[in-house]
Amino acid sequence: MIDFTEEQIQRYSRHILLQDVGVEGQEKIMNARVLVVGAGGLGAPVSLYLAAAGIGTIGIVDADVVDLSNLQRQVIHFTKDVGVPKVQSAKEKIEAINPDVKVNTYYEFLDSSNALDIIKEYDFVVDGTDNFPVKFLINDACVMADKPFSHGGILRFNGQTFTHLPGTACYRCMFNEPPPAGAVPTCSQAGVLGAIAGMLGTIQAAETLKYFTGIGELLTNRLLTFDAKTMQFRTVLVEHRDSCPICGQAPTIDHLIDYEQAACDLKNH
Amino acid sequence: MAKITVNGEAQEVQLPLSLTELIKQNDVQQPEMVSVQLNDDFVDRNEWDRLQIKEGDSVDFLYFMGGGSR
Repeated sequence: MIDFTEEQIQRYSRHILLQDVGVEGQEKIMNARVLVVGAGGLGAPVSLYLAAAGIGTIGIVDADVVDLSNLQRQVIHFTKDVGVPKVQSAKEKIEAINPDVKVNTYYEFLDSSNALDIIKEYDFVVDGTDNFPVKFLINDACVMADKPFSHGGILRFNGQTFTHLPGTACYRCMFNEPPPAGAVPTCSQAGVLGAIAGMLGTIQAAETLKYFTGIGELLTNRLLTFDAKTMQFRTVLVEHRDSCPICGQAPTIDHLIDYEQAACDLKNH
Repeated sequence: MAKITVNGEAQEVQLPLSLTELIKQNDVQQPEMVSVQLNDDFVDRNEWDRLQIKEGDSVDFLYFMGGGSR
């Protein structure tokens, strides 16, 4: 049992007031360890809200430095941070918001060589990455390590997200394998309305907090999609698939795969 | 004409109609960008040509969305 200081009771009072959270729920949040992969459009709002909520430990993985073109949506980075590693910029903001939070930074790409080692240190993973190779890597690593995670993707005016718990539908249940390299535009090629990142990232942050506090129903076996042009939100039921190559009855994937990245994704910001 | 549901919305289509043709009719620009659910079950990509749409079917196109970080 954590002994809350006066300051913590005041800081987290709006959580503690919620019947579903209370002191017990806030304590669960403060004991939680969350890995955020990607300190970009989604990772920014996710990290800011998780920091404000008092998540005990936040790990951030990102190999990029802040670029001027990031600032339109990656709200954790400021103009003065251009050229600074994103993990360092994010760590500074998180600590400024809430000194209670311990931040671990990984200034590197997540790949098959480090994914399981990094993920095993955390209770919940948030996918805030911008490319399919890593989205599939996170899925596979989390399924293999029995870790829950929140998937997120945005493009132009659209967003999609679901939450995976061991045994529920995974990314490969829905999308068997990555599309051919270069077939699908990412934000860097197709563009994205900045606020969409905030809309989706805050849903992922809310799911993370729901997971630790056990509130309500998570977005498991459901894919939430929205189109900000019409503000239509839609939830599609997605069942765990017996023929899924990683979590099905006869899985064919027994190791992590580094899929090829479309060359243009690596250069363009 | 057969009444079906596509992405949650009612549609009337002329049968016979394969899943591949339905995808085309719905202006899916890059079919490699979608995963398809028919009556809550995923349909393998190499069955799209063979699979015939029936009255009352419910079809969902799930799009790959890759953005987030950069």
